[in-house]
Amino acid sequence: MPSSDGILLQATGLVRAFGATRVLRGLDLSLTAGETLVVVGPNGAGKTTLLRCLAGLMRPTAGEVRVLGRPLRGGDAEARRPLGLVSHQSLLYDDLTVRENLLVAARLYGLPDPGAAAERALESVGLGPRADESPRLLSRGLLQRAAIARALLHDPRVVLLDEPFTGLDAPGADRLRGLLAERVAGGRALVLVTHHLAEAWALATRVAALVGGRWALEAPGGGDPAPVLAEYHALVGANAGGAVA
Amino acid sequence: MRDLLAGLRLALVVAGKDLRMELRSRTALLSALVFAALVLVVFNFSRDPTVLSATDLAPSVLWITFAFAAVVAMNRGFHAERANAAFDGLLLAPVPREAIFLGKLLANLAFVGAVEAVALPLFVLFFNVDLGGALPAILGVPALATVGFVAVGTLFSAMVVRTRFAELMLPVLLLPFMVPPLIGAVQATSRLLADRPLSEIAGWLRLLALYDIVFLTLSTLIFPAVVDE
Repeated sequence: MPSSDGILLQATGLVRAFGATRVLRGLDLSLTAGETLVVVGPNGAGKTTLLRCLAGLMRPTAGEVRVLGRPLRGGDAEARRPLGLVSHQSLLYDDLTVRENLLVAARLYGLPDPGAAAERALESVGLGPRADESPRLLSRGLLQRAAIARALLHDPRVVLLDEPFTGLDAPGADRLRGLLAERVAGGRALVLVTHHLAEAWALATRVAALVGGRWALEAPGGGDPAPVLAEYHALVGANAGGAVA
Repeated sequence: MRDLLAGLRLALVVAGKDLRMELRSRTALLSALVFAALVLVVFNFSRDPTVLSATDLAPSVLWITFAFAAVVAMNRGFHAERANAAFDGLLLAPVPREAIFLGKLLANLAFVGAVEAVALPLFVLFFNVDLGGALPAILGVPALATVGFVAVGTLFSAMVVRTRFAELMLPVLLLPFMVPPLIGAVQATSRLLADRPLSEIAGWLRLLALYDIVFLTLSTLIFPAVVDE
């Protein structure tokens, strides 16, 4: 269940330092059901660190993350259940087939029928015919589809996506946008990190730019992306850091 | 009680995954078995039987073989988790860290147990040792000694998995912690091979049991702090 104020994901005063370097500098974030926050930012802005903190894979130096009102701490396994993560890497075991990877994940999430859940996830990303191959044999795009299937397998309430369109061909990217839009319509919330705002613009209900570990720009999604892009380019400089399309 | 059973079920899922992966690749098992056989062969042929009897040398050789073969096997335990950042997937799942540790420990115990089960007959063959009536006790000593150092090894594998020289770091960290159980196991084994009464090894067995309890508990408690970045 969401917290009493309807917030699915909340971060307050998030700071993450690596030695003397502060990568995140006191970020606040909150996301309610049906929202998609698209985060853009140049390389080294702290986007991946932010996602890892939101996923509970990295302990913030200061601040707190709450998922459905529950503080996200290593000791509280149930707090992680509503989260799904599409990372830079596939999170899949090379010595298991894609289907076996999904079965293991389904069992770890305690899904009632792991076999059926794995089949549904494979079907949703169109990976059925290659399901019995090792991830190491898949192309970059197919591996990304497998990673997406794993992340969405347990129908998470909050999906965190780090450059999810990487490696996907146009039909694959369309299929992913469709899958994510379905989930948002079903009351899920997304945080989507990308360098290419145009790819994610259709999904965005909010856009935020992370620069130097701080929110530098926040704008509503929908409508024409050009003004937001122009503002972002002006902010970081057209050639500074990562390209934004 | 329900939480305990759920944790145990999840630990079995983790262990089952590791065993399935190892049975498919056989990397750790084969390398540990080849290593164990090599050590036994080298020690056997380098020994001068007129100077040193088999029973004097055998316990040390057996435990050197077990210890290093275990390190080889355990090195693999978290190695597979590093590729594709698969361990992040495990940490992201709603699985208590203690259940992950227990699953990894069970899988490592199965690997090391399998290596010991193959190395022991090779040891008997090469060193022509008569186990006789001491066989059940000889089997019991490895069981008792292995649990403790595999628990510590599982913890240290998790610690070093994100470092650049994980394969090198594990033995460096683990070997000092293996000294107490190895001393106990060598002493107990040498007395058993010499047909000494069980009462003579009771103290060593107590040491092994105490080591198991202490380090199993400590490793389980420390593991969550080790895996949370």
